[in-house]
Amino acid sequence: MPAIEHEKAVRRDGSSRVPLAVVVSIAVLAAVTAAGFLVGSSSVSLGDLVAWATGGDVSAAAKSILVNVRLPRVLAALLAGGALAVAGAIIQAVLDNPLASPNIIGINSGAGLFVLVAASVFPSALWLPPLAAFLGALVTALVIFGISLGASTSRLTVVLAGIAITTVFGAGMNTILIVNPDAYIGSSAFLVGGLAGVLMDDLLWPAAYIAAGLAVALLAEGKLNIMALGDDTAHALGMNVGACRLAMLGLAAVLAGAAVSFAGLLGFAGLIIPHLVRFFVGHDNRIVLPLSAVAGAAFVVVCDLLARVLFAPYEVPVGILMAFLGGPFFIYLILKNRRGSLE
Amino acid sequence: MSSPVIPSERAAPPPVILSGARSAESKDPARRRRDQVPAIELRGVSFSYGKEPFIEKLSAAFLHGTVTSIVGPNGCGKSTMVKLVDGLLRPQAGEVRVDGVPTLSMKAKERARRVAVLAQAGRPPAMTVEALVACGRYPYQAHQGKLSREDREQVERALELAGIAGFRAHELRRLSGGERQRAFIAMTLAQDTDLIVLDEPTTYLDIRACHETMELVRRLNEEAGKTVVMVIHDLDLALRYSDRLLVMERGRATAAGAVAEVLDAGAIERAFGVSIRPHVAAEGRAYTLFPA
Repeated sequence: MPAIEHEKAVRRDGSSRVPLAVVVSIAVLAAVTAAGFLVGSSSVSLGDLVAWATGGDVSAAAKSILVNVRLPRVLAALLAGGALAVAGAIIQAVLDNPLASPNIIGINSGAGLFVLVAASVFPSALWLPPLAAFLGALVTALVIFGISLGASTSRLTVVLAGIAITTVFGAGMNTILIVNPDAYIGSSAFLVGGLAGVLMDDLLWPAAYIAAGLAVALLAEGKLNIMALGDDTAHALGMNVGACRLAMLGLAAVLAGAAVSFAGLLGFAGLIIPHLVRFFVGHDNRIVLPLSAVAGAAFVVVCDLLARVLFAPYEVPVGILMAFLGGPFFIYLILKNRRGSLE
Repeated sequence: MSSPVIPSERAAPPPVILSGARSAESKDPARRRRDQVPAIELRGVSFSYGKEPFIEKLSAAFLHGTVTSIVGPNGCGKSTMVKLVDGLLRPQAGEVRVDGVPTLSMKAKERARRVAVLAQAGRPPAMTVEALVACGRYPYQAHQGKLSREDREQVERALELAGIAGFRAHELRRLSGGERQRAFIAMTLAQDTDLIVLDEPTTYLDIRACHETMELVRRLNEEAGKTVVMVIHDLDLALRYSDRLLVMERGRATAAGAVAEVLDAGAIERAFGVSIRPHVAAEGRAYTLFPA
């Protein structure tokens, strides 16, 4: 066998950076989570936080702020960020499309529309919004999946179809909110994505959905590597490709839908984070998915924190801040992929 | 045994047996039992993409122990035949058997443990060589989890056999075409099957990489005992590196047998409309083709 050539020209992948990336991302998550508890319009000291976390003495005022205001908010950010980032990583892998994410292909909008319908019809059923969000997300995912099956369908077509679906569902949501303004408290924040006013009760069911979804995603993450080989090769390796794609899209719908049910149409975490993770650690989905969960959680906590303090005493919904970051990143991806790879 | 297949309009023609000397001489009882049935057998297989039949009553058999090339003009059904063997397409009549077992009666992973099929090269995935080769263990994993010790051993063996162990941590997309193809062949080796089917393994490769790939195929056959069936466009490579040939035209097998026999019968020249001139040099035999 002749000697292997070009060895020096071939760069090693990012797998050697995985241990460092894991340590750094977990450390960052811990730091920003602590900051999420400490920073806000009311003062809470690090000592108060440590005392509260370890069961020590803490003032009633500080405890009330931590338990009733900061805890649900930080928890919501962690859940939404982790769920949306993993959903984005799954969708990008399943559709083999770097531009795909729950908000770009309309999954968030589908979930949002169904949440508003459910909130209008059964306003007191707290368990219903996550289920409705999942159904809405699933319906949209199935439509997108059907479109992507077309032999001549390009990646750009899928994105454009997602934008069209988002427009239609957005019109539906606005119609509901005009006809029934009481359908959703804080509806303006819901449409752009926000975490203000989230209560622990709002998080119970979505947290269960997200925990289950993440557990299944981490068990099934290796299948995404097989799918990345292309349909024919995945089939040759013994995979039922169509069923796997559908199941993984369903999983992404569970995660994105659960996040939308309490955070509204929070966008771009699902687009930005998987790309960022792949940039540092390569494309092995067994690494990308868990790291996306950690990095996505940290990202939304940071964005929410910034949304609280940047314009203090005013607060902007976190979705607005994420749109400022995500929009340019989306354009960057389009420009980066314009040379034929979107066709 | 090497006579051309005469297609029949009414009944499925008898299978074309592509037997190899090595399999016939085997002293291993288990291998002898296995060798009594063809590695792959197509029995009166018909298939169409639309209304017009694309493959019609195709019968052929490939026995263990040889390197067999399937050759024929574009659109003659070579790659469709591979997809029928792989279960990617379902025959509308007839059946395909691997080791005597109908492919459609096998579960997907069971089929993948019997026959490793390498599809035509597409866009290379963004992963390392080692991650790609590890994908070859998918048929053995009940749940997609960590690689077992046996999985890791098989991956290591495949990397060594394909001569790409030194490239394990490199990104697939940054390798040359030939190196990448060897990585994909290593993935099929990790499947640990006796039978490997390669669909156009030399497409897009430069001449040196073509020969490296073919030398690897020969080595897999001679040193690892793999039965290799490959669809190939380059007639010179097919003639040089194969034990046997199956010639296809318009969805039918028109000739089969040892390379010399098929050449002597003029089946390739008829199928492609060329004349073939063999050249013998110190380095070996090569073939030049001229339009007839």
